[in-house]
Amino acid sequence: MSAHDEILEPRPEGVLGRFRAFRENRPHLFLLVLMMLVAFFMMDPRTWVVLTISGLAMGAMVFLMASGMTLTFGLMNVLNLAHGAFISLGAFAGATVLVHWLDASAGQSSLLANLAAVVPALGFALAVAGLVGLLFERLVIKPVYGDHLKQILVTVGGSIILMELIHVIWGPNEIPVPRPDALTGAFLVPESWPVIGGVALEKYRLIAVILGLAVYGMMTWVIEHTRTGILIRAGVEDQEMVEVHGYRIRLLFLGVFVAGSALAGLGGAMWAMYREIITAHMGDELMISVIVVIILGGLGSIKGCFYGAVLVGLINLYVGYLEPRLAAVATVGLMVGVLMWRPQGLIPVIKV
Amino acid sequence: MSDPILSLTGVRADIDQYHILHGVDLRVPKGELTVLLGRNGAGKSTTLRTIMGLTTVTGGQVRFRGEDITGQPTPRIARQGIAFVPENMGIFSLLTVRENMVLAAVSGPMDEQRLTWIFELFPPLKKFWNRPAGNLSGGQKQMLAIARAVIEPRELLLVDEPTKGLAPAIINDLAGAFEQLKEQQVSILLVEQNFNFSRRLGQSVAVMNDGGVVYAGQMAELADNEDLQHELLGLGLGAHQ
Repeated sequence: MSAHDEILEPRPEGVLGRFRAFRENRPHLFLLVLMMLVAFFMMDPRTWVVLTISGLAMGAMVFLMASGMTLTFGLMNVLNLAHGAFISLGAFAGATVLVHWLDASAGQSSLLANLAAVVPALGFALAVAGLVGLLFERLVIKPVYGDHLKQILVTVGGSIILMELIHVIWGPNEIPVPRPDALTGAFLVPESWPVIGGVALEKYRLIAVILGLAVYGMMTWVIEHTRTGILIRAGVEDQEMVEVHGYRIRLLFLGVFVAGSALAGLGGAMWAMYREIITAHMGDELMISVIVVIILGGLGSIKGCFYGAVLVGLINLYVGYLEPRLAAVATVGLMVGVLMWRPQGLIPVIKV
Repeated sequence: MSDPILSLTGVRADIDQYHILHGVDLRVPKGELTVLLGRNGAGKSTTLRTIMGLTTVTGGQVRFRGEDITGQPTPRIARQGIAFVPENMGIFSLLTVRENMVLAAVSGPMDEQRLTWIFELFPPLKKFWNRPAGNLSGGQKQMLAIARAVIEPRELLLVDEPTKGLAPAIINDLAGAFEQLKEQQVSILLVEQNFNFSRRLGQSVAVMNDGGVVYAGQMAELADNEDLQHELLGLGLGAHQ
């Protein structure tokens, strides 16, 4: 192979060179490791384990909520500020199923009976948010396609309508969400384990982490290995050329929008069970984290979104423990810091 | 002469408030390579984009295989068998070479035989098959762009300035590829500034100026008539090696 047709990448030299290469080529992993290390040396290892798992759980849920928005923005440059309403909608839909099911099977605390409540609750949240997403795209987004200012106005309006509809259907008050017995409580790490022996890990958080990882794995697989995934990535880069090849990008976008709304609903339902209390405006509150995550990760990037969510989850928990007064600043501070370092986000996909 | 595979009659198109095409009349004969020549800004690229439905037609008619395709959405035009290679090549740089090709093979898995043929035409594509297309050189990107256009049999190729910015050796490779496509009776409409490349490949020719076609005929005639070249293209193209 002659020199000129091999694609050359500079080879890192020495420890420092390799460190620099790692920092520049894998900024998401670099930040993650850095944050976890710094936190590790600032607290007791047992506390660190608990906070890390909680942070990962929060990250997993925020990822579910944010993944759809990053794709709709990346793919079609559509700013959907009503995304938070789908989070709320999913939470209420999920809670409704949980309340009914648990009433019906009151007193049953077997794992099977509990799963029979949780799975339909999450499924219902997914379906309701997805279906409303379909209507929302056709009625609200489609007419303002290509115009950011109108998108902002119309989707904020749409968001208010959706949240008021939640008030109409479920009432204006906060609703307590029962968490099934099988998901409450904690796993105790056996005392005999070194360092972290005796630490109590909340079951629900572990489940949230597993579910988040599963969805991330599935999405990554779809995006990396299927034809639809190739089309989505191609569309993020150049819509016009996707159409030139004979694909109707509007249909692809509709599909992504519906899937994204459904995932926001799933995230909302999981958040509901996590917090055990929901309001119609919970989506709005979570939108701040969601927006930070998609900007931090790089607009349009699923991988960036995942790592962004995990970083936001971790920093929230770590800072909340170390200096509670700074917890609110930490998320936005993280974003500002990352943007100063890498203005395109951690894993840039589209040229802004 | 048989019916043209593509014909434009009085096609007008605007970009923003500017009138770019003022009634373009153009015939692309079936199974031939037609070259579209003209100065910068004459409307050549806009003509190709208008055929693909990427620029809105404000008047006139575009017919493909005798059917009116004026104003149809781009994907529908593409599905009827027209492939378009734009001036910037439109490579998906974050996708691998393979993924670019998979996407271009609209109707399903790629045909092995055709792929082998493409690899023979453009060996670098095989070599960099699983690399991001963004890492390819300019010439390799052009190869990929043309390969995408022909991975499935298409009736008409629209190619916008394939030789732009490429080294002579690569231009030669591309010419070879076009020769083979000509042998396969693929109809091609090629926008070009490089007159030697055009003269070598073109069978028919049309010259555009100021948003309209000012000359249409056989390439041989134009190639032999230097006065006509001066008049139409405003350049001593014979000396423009």
